[in-house]
This record gives sequence, structure tokens and C-alpha cells, in this order.
Amino acid sequence: MVAIQKLIDENGLRVDGRRLDELRPIKMEVGLLANADGSAYIEQGRNKIIVAVYGPKEAQPKHIGLHDRAVIRCRYHMAPFSTDERKSPAPSRREIEISKVIREALEPAIFSEYFPRSMVDIFIEVLQSDGGSRCAAITASSLALADAGIPLRDLVVACAVGKIEGKLAVDPSDIEDKLGEADMPVAFIPVLGKISLLQMDGMFTEEEFIEALNMAKNACMKIYELQKQTLKQRYLQIEKEIQETPVQKGEE
Amino acid sequence: MSITPQVEPLAKIKSRRMIKLLASGKRLDGRGLLDYRKIQIENGVIEKAEGSALVSLGATKVLVGVKIETGSPYPDLPNQGALTVNAEFVPLAHKYFEPGPPDENSIELARVVDRGIRESETIDMEKLVIVPGRLVYVVFVDIYILNHDGNLIDAAGIAAISALLNSKLPVYRVDENGEAKKADEYNPLPIQDCPIPVTLTKINDRIVLDPSLDEENIASAKLTMTFTKDGKICAIQKSGIGAFTFQEIIEAQKIAREKANEIRKNFFKEWI
Repeated sequence: MVAIQKLIDENGLRVDGRRLDELRPIKMEVGLLANADGSAYIEQGRNKIIVAVYGPKEAQPKHIGLHDRAVIRCRYHMAPFSTDERKSPAPSRREIEISKVIREALEPAIFSEYFPRSMVDIFIEVLQSDGGSRCAAITASSLALADAGIPLRDLVVACAVGKIEGKLAVDPSDIEDKLGEADMPVAFIPVLGKISLLQMDGMFTEEEFIEALNMAKNACMKIYELQKQTLKQRYLQIEKEIQETPVQKGEE
Repeated sequence: MSITPQVEPLAKIKSRRMIKLLASGKRLDGRGLLDYRKIQIENGVIEKAEGSALVSLGATKVLVGVKIETGSPYPDLPNQGALTVNAEFVPLAHKYFEPGPPDENSIELARVVDRGIRESETIDMEKLVIVPGRLVYVVFVDIYILNHDGNLIDAAGIAAISALLNSKLPVYRVDENGEAKKADEYNPLPIQDCPIPVTLTKINDRIVLDPSLDEENIASAKLTMTFTKDGKICAIQKSGIGAFTFQEIIEAQKIAREKANEIRKNFFKEWI
């Protein structure tokens, strides 16, 4: 049994040395899976999450197709080795709920109406989980959708705000989530200025809630910049690959 | 896997009429945008359950039964009782409800109601211990949808807290060998809060309270907020494929807080 430690030290720093408004280190990559139409990988703290997007393709089975828009299918799944104690690979109630809220967080950003009777699959595998895996999964999923060339109104970016020892803190880690008093994941679509995912469990006063909402927005904007950089890097790399490919005889 | 749902087709003439009325602050059934339908709560309808309540919100009918049994505590919480919330969308409640294992909607409903009760510490879990570390009470809250006409979360949340408030806790006596035996006596379940969920629905950029099923079918998104007796927020869930602006969320929070107080004033007077 780990002794319950203080979550904030006398200098106002958190267990991992972060300030209250500081994000965990984030690393993102796109286009790493060869078979998928789009893919992305994110590391946020100890979260390691990989996302693949397939589609748009014909809706299968056909009866799930909609006549005026594409159907989005989303699966959030945790690997059995992603947690301290082995997680059964069968979908838990938590995973079923998270799959739903992630789909609903991404749908407002997708131009689904361009692809009637088709479907887009989003497969999220959490290889290692830390706190805030649904948020990191949303951030990565929108990158994978962009990588698949699916028309988007904007990227979707997500970040949680927690309450630890009475103070609001951005991007809570596993231990802060477990021992903290509240956790509120927020997904934001910057171009639309809209919130597409909002959940909370814990206790917030009205003032804390509004403050937490603003903190989440600011944190999301920081992650949004990283998302855009990651995508740009990918396109520069593709451009370079094309330029470096020797032109074959007979192709000119 | 979660799939974009098919919504029930609604006659164009009806949905156009609904949207036109909403723009002028009216609704098809004559209510204002922020009015509830008629709310009725019947307590103790199932005698064999330790607690029960039947709640109607207009034509929506939700029955909640509470069963209290004993079991081992969670290994990480040896000195606390346990709470399980489950929801059944039984096929008699709507033509689209199918028998079978719970789908994502019933899981979401149960988990949102669960969060409201758990996070507000409505049940004093530390009082639910019979033999510390070995035997505790397990409270099962089972939500049964009997007729679906929209706003299931609010109806289920109100039914759940009503049922918990009239629940009785069977007394167990521990003999010298450490064996627990059920006595023919009951205590009230230790309840210390009264969480009320309020769902606001966005239809064509209008915020609407207590939507009917037809209104839910043309809505873009829903926001459920659960408030404790002190006016703190203890659970939030946005659902649906639309999104809210910051302004809408802050406004919705104010409305929901007022409405939760209104419900408490009308039906749970002792919790103000």
C-alpha cells in the first residue's frame, strides 16, 4: 500500500513537479500505421495511445447507413497491460460510455454530410493509461481523421481540469485523478468556439466550475498548437519524400 | 463500438412547426421553454424492494427499485459499503427498445445517475459496514424505464433519490463467532444529500428544459448537470452529436441550478 502523499508541496508544485496550470509533456505523431487511411499516436504523461481511422467507406452492414450523412463508428479500448492490474480485454461499461462520448465529441467537427451512406471507423487503443486518457484519445483521433484526409471543420482538442487539495489543476495524472476531489474533461473545437465534450465527477462550486472551464480552454489552445505543428511536420515530410524520389524513365 | 444512431423519422410538418414555435419561445404542448411537464412521484410501490419510487414526467415513466444485500467490500475500500446502479431499457417502454444486454444509452444513463449519487456522497458508505473488512451492505439501484417519452436521465435521477430516501436497511447482528445474522428489524438508509439532475437540451440554438421524445429527436445536444443540496455541481454529462458554446454552458448552468432547487422545493422540502 502506498502511503497517501501530499499532492501539492509547499512551493505549490505537484507530485511530478508541475505548476497547477502546466501540462504533462506531450508527444504526437501522425501517419505511423501503414494499413490505416489515417493514424496518430500520442504520449501525454504516461499515456500511450494509438488511433487508426478507416474510411470513408461503404456502410457495412448496409442497414446502418444514413441517407444524408456518414455514420461514425468509434471504439475506445484499453489494452490488458495498460493498467496496474490486468484489465480484461472485454469492453467494460466505462469503455462503452467513453466510446460514445468520444464519438459525440468528434462528430460536430466532421463534414459527415459529404459522405451519405458511408461510414468512418475510429479505433482507439490505449496501450498505457495515465489520467486523462479520453482527452488524449480525442486529441489523437482528430489528428488521425485529418491524416485520413477526412474533411474537418477544425481539429478537436481535449484536456481535463481536476481539483486537488482544493485547488484547480490542469491535466491531472493518474494519482491526482484518484486522490483528487474532482475531474472535468473538456473537448474544444477552436474554430467553432464550441465545447463538444463536457463531463464531470466530483464537487465544484459555481465559481470553480467557470474557472475550470476557462483553464481547460487555455490548456486546449496550447495542445491545439502542438497538433497543428505535428500535422505540418507530416506534410513537410511527405513533400520531401516526393522530391527525393528519383523520377523513373518513361514516367516523364 | 459506438455508432451514430438512427433517429426516429419525424413528419417534416411536425418538426417545422416545433422549430417555428421554439423561435417564439413556445412549444407544441403549450409549455414555455423552461417548464417541466407534470411531475408525479409515488413512493414505495414495490413492497418486496427495500426502497422504490415511480416517477412520471408527462408520459415518461421510470420505476426505481432499491435492493440491499450483503457482500465483501472492495479490497481498496475495506470500511465502506458498495453501490451499484444499473438501468434497463425494457422493450415494453418503446418500440425501438430491444431485449438484450444494456446498450450504450442505458449504460450512460446508469453511469450519470451513479455519478450524481456517488460524488455527492448521498449514501453514508461508512455506516454500511457490518464486519469491517469482511462484510458490508451492497446497495443495488435498478432503474427500469416503463415508458419512454424523453428526458430519461432527469426522471431516473429523481426516481433514484426518491427510492433511496424511502429505503430501509435490514439490521444484521454479529454473534460471538463473528457470524452475521439478519434480524427482523430495519433502520432507515443513512442519506446525507439530495442530488437532483437537470438536463437542458439544445434545439436550433434554443435551450429547452424537459424535452419530449419528439423534441429530443430534433435536438443537437443535451447537457445534464446534477446539483447537491448546497448548490454544488457533482456530475456533468454532455451527450448528443452537437456542441455548446461557453456562453450557452454558463447560462445552462444557471438555469439548471434554479430548476434543481425548484424540484427540491416541490418534492424534497426537507432538503433545502
